[in-house]
Amino acid sequence: MSAADVSALQRPNDRLRRRRVVNRGMELLAWLAGALGVAILGVVVWSVAKRGASELNLDLLTKAPVPFAIGNVKQGLANAFVGSLVLVGLATAMALPFGILVAIYVNEFAPRAVRNGVGLVLDVLNGVPGIVVGIFVFGLVVVSHGQSAYAGAIALAVLMLPLVARATIEVLALVPNTLREASLALGVPRWRTTLGIVLPQTVGGIVTGTMLAVARVAGETAPLLFTCSLAGTSIDSNPGHALQTIPVAIFELSESADPADHARAWAAALVLLLFILFSSLTARWLAARSRRKLGRAT
Amino acid sequence: MRVETKRQPLPPRERLQQVFDIQDLTAIYGSKPALKDVSMGVYRNLVTAVIGPSGCGKSTFIRCLNRMNDLVPGFRQTGTIRYHGQDIAAKDVDPVAVRRTIGMVFQRPNPFPKSIFDNVAWGLRVLGMKDNLPERVERALTQAALWDEVKDRLKASALSLSGGQQQRLCIARAIAVEPDVVLMDEPASALDPIATQAIELLLHELKSEYSFVIVTHNMQQAARVADMTAFFSISRGEEGDRWGELIEYDSTEKIFTAPSDKRTEDYVTGRFG
Repeated sequence: MSAADVSALQRPNDRLRRRRVVNRGMELLAWLAGALGVAILGVVVWSVAKRGASELNLDLLTKAPVPFAIGNVKQGLANAFVGSLVLVGLATAMALPFGILVAIYVNEFAPRAVRNGVGLVLDVLNGVPGIVVGIFVFGLVVVSHGQSAYAGAIALAVLMLPLVARATIEVLALVPNTLREASLALGVPRWRTTLGIVLPQTVGGIVTGTMLAVARVAGETAPLLFTCSLAGTSIDSNPGHALQTIPVAIFELSESADPADHARAWAAALVLLLFILFSSLTARWLAARSRRKLGRAT
Repeated sequence: MRVETKRQPLPPRERLQQVFDIQDLTAIYGSKPALKDVSMGVYRNLVTAVIGPSGCGKSTFIRCLNRMNDLVPGFRQTGTIRYHGQDIAAKDVDPVAVRRTIGMVFQRPNPFPKSIFDNVAWGLRVLGMKDNLPERVERALTQAALWDEVKDRLKASALSLSGGQQQRLCIARAIAVEPDVVLMDEPASALDPIATQAIELLLHELKSEYSFVIVTHNMQQAARVADMTAFFSISRGEEGDRWGELIEYDSTEKIFTAPSDKRTEDYVTGRFG
């Protein structure tokens, strides 16, 4: 390059200046959008924490609510916490094996056309609103058998299924094909290869996906309104009964005339928030760990 | 450049027992033929090398021999591959059973993310060869010249081994299940010269028990290890389409010193490829 070319680099250049301004402007916009996202989360957490922290105590977690309480009666929402645990646990027990099997079929066995089709179906299912799933389970189970934790768990499991399946498909796709070939070349059948070589590589990712799905459905109210909302106030873990859950309890308490109920609703919301935060963090940690493990395998 | 070959003379053809009898093998990915009309025999207790330039269908060819191409979407093949008389290319043949007796070692070492012991034992366990498991593992590792290096850390992860050790582990894993033929797809191309030499020595040691088909783009390697050598090359059609073809197949001695085809001579003397 000649000397004249080099001096051209220092000459002021209108087009270059304009580009720089546009660049700055876009950077600023992107930064603002990012800050707004963080700010919204901050405001939500802060407002829930501010209103709920005063009621967040051991009684809330361990005592059942007392209907028509007069005076300063110690009461809590233990029934809702137990109910939520039972429902989410049942839903996970239903969605997890199904989701993993769907993912194994799609990623390991299905021809490409089926693979894309099932992927699309999972995305559509993921987009079905909770209330629609609620009505569906209402028609399927509740009309004939009445409300129960089983019915609620089925509704939640329908919502979890695409999340678990999608997450599992993604980690299965990360397992290097050379490992499958190594096993198949020994004369090991496809299903043994999948169970013994491929699946163990994906445990971390599956746990992560499941945690995220749990976090998502733990806060679902809509699918439970028709399926598991007419609950008593006693602490109950029988899944044959309709059980109180945290989101439904928040919904009901917020409609009460008693300001103390409102405070408890905020406290329950705070517990839900903390639970989701905790499971997301755990999921992230597990994901990072399984990535490290997979990284070593390739 | 001539590559010197030092080997014991081949027994006469009629004394050799045929393992594979391949007739008119054509392999097609989607609509593109990768390989056309390959006919050759592979003989027992010999090392058969497949050499040729990149893209000549060497890997496609040996992956046909144990039905590994079944795993590739859009793959088709025509022609027959008789393995001890039985056509293994036929639709009704179970590829799992084929791979059970025709093992494979791949280009890049691909040990399972398990312990050294479990890498060798996995196939044995699944295939029901569970009696004397530790002895079988030791024998396979000894045959693969790896036992002395790993005998004190069989529980360590296979991924902690060096590349050359990992490849020998993969060989141990392949021979532990007592296959009849071992296919090797450029087994030393990712290894340094010392690890490569270790693997070549292994082939000499093991060919009394197994038959080997080895793909290599390293001519010296073919000259050093192989008894028979097949030279594949790329042919071009009128409309720019290209496919791999078998040009010449003979004893390694003949291929490297007195090839009968001009293209083979150009390739082995380094004028092309």
